[in-house]
Amino acid sequence: MRYVDEFRDPELITKASEEIYRLADPDRHYRIMEVCGGHTHAIYRFGLKDVLPSNIELIHGPGCPVCVLPMGRIDDGLAVAKDSDVIFAAFGDMMRVPGTHGSPFEHKARGTDVRIVYSPADALQLARKNPEKHVMFFAIGFETTAPSTALTLMRAKVEGIKNFSVFCNHVTIIPAIRAILDSPDMRLDGFIGPGHVSTVIGCRPYEWIARKEGKPVVTSGFEPLDLLQSLVMLLRQLRAGEARVENQYKRVVPWEGNRAALKAMAEVFQLRAYFEWRGLGFISQSALKIRDEYAEWDAEQRFPIPGTRVTDPKAAQCGEVLKGVLKPAQCKLFGNDCTPEHPIGALMVSSEGSCAAYYNYEHRKAAAMVTSISSVA
Amino acid sequence: MNGKPAVESGRAAIRFRDPQIEMAHGAGGKASRRLVEGLFAPILFQNAGEFLGDAARVRIDGYALALTTDSFVVKPLRFPGGSIGELAVNGTMNDLAVSGAKGQAMVVTFVLEEGLPTTDLEAEVRAMADAAERSGVAIVGGDTKVVERGKADGMYITTTGIGRFMPQVTVDARSVRAGDKVILSGPIGDHGITILLARGELDLEADLASDTRCILPLVEAMAREAAPGVRWMRDPTRGGVATTLNELARDCGLGIVLSEEEIPMRDEVRGACELLGLDPLHIANEGQFLAVVAPEYADAALNAVNQAEGGEDACIIGEVRSEPACAVLVTTRYGGSRIVDMLVGDPLPRIC
Amino acid sequence: MCLAIPGKIVELDPNAAHLGTVEVAGVRRKVDLGLLEEDMPVAGDWVLIHVGFAMTKISEQDAVEQMNLLQMLGEAEQAMQEVRGYGVDESGEHRRESLRPS
Repeated sequence: MRYVDEFRDPELITKASEEIYRLADPDRHYRIMEVCGGHTHAIYRFGLKDVLPSNIELIHGPGCPVCVLPMGRIDDGLAVAKDSDVIFAAFGDMMRVPGTHGSPFEHKARGTDVRIVYSPADALQLARKNPEKHVMFFAIGFETTAPSTALTLMRAKVEGIKNFSVFCNHVTIIPAIRAILDSPDMRLDGFIGPGHVSTVIGCRPYEWIARKEGKPVVTSGFEPLDLLQSLVMLLRQLRAGEARVENQYKRVVPWEGNRAALKAMAEVFQLRAYFEWRGLGFISQSALKIRDEYAEWDAEQRFPIPGTRVTDPKAAQCGEVLKGVLKPAQCKLFGNDCTPEHPIGALMVSSEGSCAAYYNYEHRKAAAMVTSISSVA
Repeated sequence: MNGKPAVESGRAAIRFRDPQIEMAHGAGGKASRRLVEGLFAPILFQNAGEFLGDAARVRIDGYALALTTDSFVVKPLRFPGGSIGELAVNGTMNDLAVSGAKGQAMVVTFVLEEGLPTTDLEAEVRAMADAAERSGVAIVGGDTKVVERGKADGMYITTTGIGRFMPQVTVDARSVRAGDKVILSGPIGDHGITILLARGELDLEADLASDTRCILPLVEAMAREAAPGVRWMRDPTRGGVATTLNELARDCGLGIVLSEEEIPMRDEVRGACELLGLDPLHIANEGQFLAVVAPEYADAALNAVNQAEGGEDACIIGEVRSEPACAVLVTTRYGGSRIVDMLVGDPLPRIC
Repeated sequence: MCLAIPGKIVELDPNAAHLGTVEVAGVRRKVDLGLLEEDMPVAGDWVLIHVGFAMTKISEQDAVEQMNLLQMLGEAEQAMQEVRGYGVDESGEHRRESLRPS
């Protein structure tokens, strides 16, 4: 088994699609939210909407760590890196995200030492290889990524590597889901639950969604068959009037989560009292900061951080799109002022942001318009 | 100066608004296009004709010659499957080939970094001589400059090639029609992924090599059997197949629909792209070409390429349709589809 | 947060207990196995890789079971159609030609 191609088998996809058509009540309009940006990306990439009935509406959730990062945090991180002895290391996803004075790539063009890393371990390696410089790893991600940052910090401490720090922007998924459900504009029937976050936190943390809110949750894998099977499972519950948490991604998600990963996170991180989420406002207990025991590796403790707060331009409706209240195309800036080439909001920059996904995969398909590629900002 | 109205020479509107040049402007995608069309074309290319192709058609005393130039900036200089010198010769020959021309002569410029070991330079010069001999082109002159240590990444090479057009072959996006077939000469992504891995920053290893080669023999083979049916050709270098076909779609005003499972790709390229979150359609190729051929000639064209040495993996990957206009659509076997856009900037590995 | 893909452990690092080499379609990369310390994988195991770290072991059994479930999709319905075929369906027509009175 290669665990990829098998889950893209066209015959099985057709079968699953037929089952979905069979299960979906034609008199009902289903609103299902996929929380995770990776699911949004997969849905578009595999053209899954083309094999679903039109009364199933997939609403994109806020599970995109780049999208929810306030611009001010990027400004703060880049402010540290303005020092010529600092290397700003981050994932590729961050490189084109606009800060107030430009994206990390634009800063690179102006002389800041900006490097793309695939792993926090690679950032630590950069520190080992460049002893005369300081490497600051700009960490983003939900609980999927936080344990890796945690382990990296633990390794840095054990090895006594002093020229390394982390600017921590890790956030947690449950408060984001709570914010969605608390939103008065939101009416949802069920959730396609996060896949890879769940490998760390397990499935228990979603039980309140089923019990208290009465919405079924199916934690899902990312291949086409995974997503379609999850929809089958959700529809079966909805038909039967049930609301439970189910695990479609069994081959990878343990119900109890990954204890070693949770332990590493607890060792290195603690919850911030509150954190600002772009589009969702301040949410308490929703983000991680580095514990005092690791203060030496905490960029926020080692460097003066301006604490920039930037409000999105009024016309940008990132918040509503993030919460699924608006579709990307309904934002006034979508497609003209805000495109992947010159993004205004992070939802357009991140490849899993709803706006970018919609623009790249569907917008032009729907419009069949003559794009004037040579038009400039 | 020669009676042309002043408004023609360089006064056309400059539409390029970016305040500074960034890496994205060289990546071959939208940003590159913006730079060329928005800054260079209005000032320099007033007489180039409607579409900027890979090579220019220059008329001298009634005789038409193909002229092209290309610069090579690659790190590292040597990589599995080739080196900068080989890329330089093959790249220019390929630009001429896909313009329907057989390269005859080339000049070369070197910008060398102070401190470059002579052995490295000699190795590249030998690689160029070998590549030139293999592709049947004469290198007839050039220029050399040396810049300070720290500039030029070792060396930058520019090649300028001149050639004669193959009889009966015309390459014109405007001749493309709905129903035409899209032929791809071989597996995609080898070069771009090889370079990415060779840089060593991502700590990935694979048995991959650049696909750099001169594709002239394949184009000639196709021309012999199907010249009247060949509408358009291009080599999908930086920006990949997606960018090249998007340019065509825009230039001809039609849509291009590709069948995902027909697109040949090595496992290692697929694996690296999955690991890094890259789209293989955006990855550079240095030994492939795309051809759009009229349907009644498509089988003959494909057959000719398959029979030629190195063309065994060529296949039809899609066709031209009237919808979605000016866009490239990729379909899956189970009926899903997605639009594939031009590359925006450099392909970036992602974790999300 | 989500790009994680399956890869096979081809080698454990003899010098570093927490490192291993994983292979994905012929591409190899060193990964940190520290998050699996409670149940360390061995060469031949498949793991899920995210940002250079192994997140969990992939259970072949669960994967096979899932494939079986997917294969069976629609079979329950087919079985129902078989049964219905011996009678008359909602539209009043016989479903099976052979049962129509000649």
